[in-house]
Amino acid sequence: MNDVNQPDIVAFCCHYTAYACSQDLQNLPQLGFPENVRLEILPCSGRISITRLLKAFEQGADGIYVAGCKDDTCHNVRGSQIAKKRVDYVKDVFDQLNIEPERIEMYMISREPNRGFIEVAEEMTMRIKKLGSSPLKGK
Amino acid sequence: MIVGQRKPIQEIIGMLKGIKKILILGCSGCVSVCSAGGEKEVEILALILRIDRKKKGEPVETMEKTLARQCDTEYLEELKGEAGNYDAILSMACGVGVNYLADMYPTTLVFPALNTSFMGVSEEQGVWSERCAGCGDCVLDRTGGLCPIARCSKRLFNGPCGGSQNGKCEIDPNVACVWQLIYDRLKGLNQLEKLKEIFPIKDWSSSLHGGPRKIVREDLKL
Repeated sequence: MNDVNQPDIVAFCCHYTAYACSQDLQNLPQLGFPENVRLEILPCSGRISITRLLKAFEQGADGIYVAGCKDDTCHNVRGSQIAKKRVDYVKDVFDQLNIEPERIEMYMISREPNRGFIEVAEEMTMRIKKLGSSPLKGK
Repeated sequence: MIVGQRKPIQEIIGMLKGIKKILILGCSGCVSVCSAGGEKEVEILALILRIDRKKKGEPVETMEKTLARQCDTEYLEELKGEAGNYDAILSMACGVGVNYLADMYPTTLVFPALNTSFMGVSEEQGVWSERCAGCGDCVLDRTGGLCPIARCSKRLFNGPCGGSQNGKCEIDPNVACVWQLIYDRLKGLNQLEKLKEIFPIKDWSSSLHGGPRKIVREDLKL
């Protein structure tokens, strides 16, 4: 997807966060979840690996984010804190490669029915639209 | 164990400039335990290098392999007939592994991905610290098991310097003065008498001052 108006964004989301916010993932489009965001559900955000984040970028994502629980409400106690450390690692790698670190983000969202889950997808979409396509595209 | 850490990414990228086919070679020994050069780190570094090259429009082919150890002939021999297939091998072992790789494969370019830092311990997850300087003539029997070479900033043998303040070293308030630790430990063991024995000038010939070291055990040789 090279259209800068439809950036290709991969979202790695904690199972608990995603379901608590949306009640049913099938409802997401009706709730306004952006179509350009590809959801990959994890049993816990702490399950995300640095390798998986980097692979998503290598394979063409314009932006990547991890959505987990607030750091004091993680079902697995420290999952979202661990995920944040891995996201920060990749931010540092991007910085060293002269790639905008803003292309990857960690979001900690309240595990209650709310629009937070959709709002971060919209926020990330807006951010990546401003940054433009991945610098790996077209190379 | 030997503790290492990955070199800055740009340093690695710089040494691999123009190379199109790389074997990234991990080691399942010490550097795997300290999360610097094991299988997982090999995969991460390969991804980083490919992303960098893709961004520059200069693709690179990366192969990934991790040997049980890179400091043993029998494991490095696994690369026989294969080493020549690559433009270079990027070793994620400690300096020992890189050296032995270069010794065994004289016509293959070999690069280090890590800085070999020290011989040390894992204090907790993500924290390592030095304990042994490999001087070749251990004095720990006289210092309560705590090393004044590896753990004293000045490598003093007969007590602390004037920079020891409240049990800490003058170089950094987070660094313990090992001579304070030695004193406290010997006092606790009721062995303070040991400190009255003056260390003579140390013979450093068993350390690097005597040139590259080698041990030959005739009882073990085949």
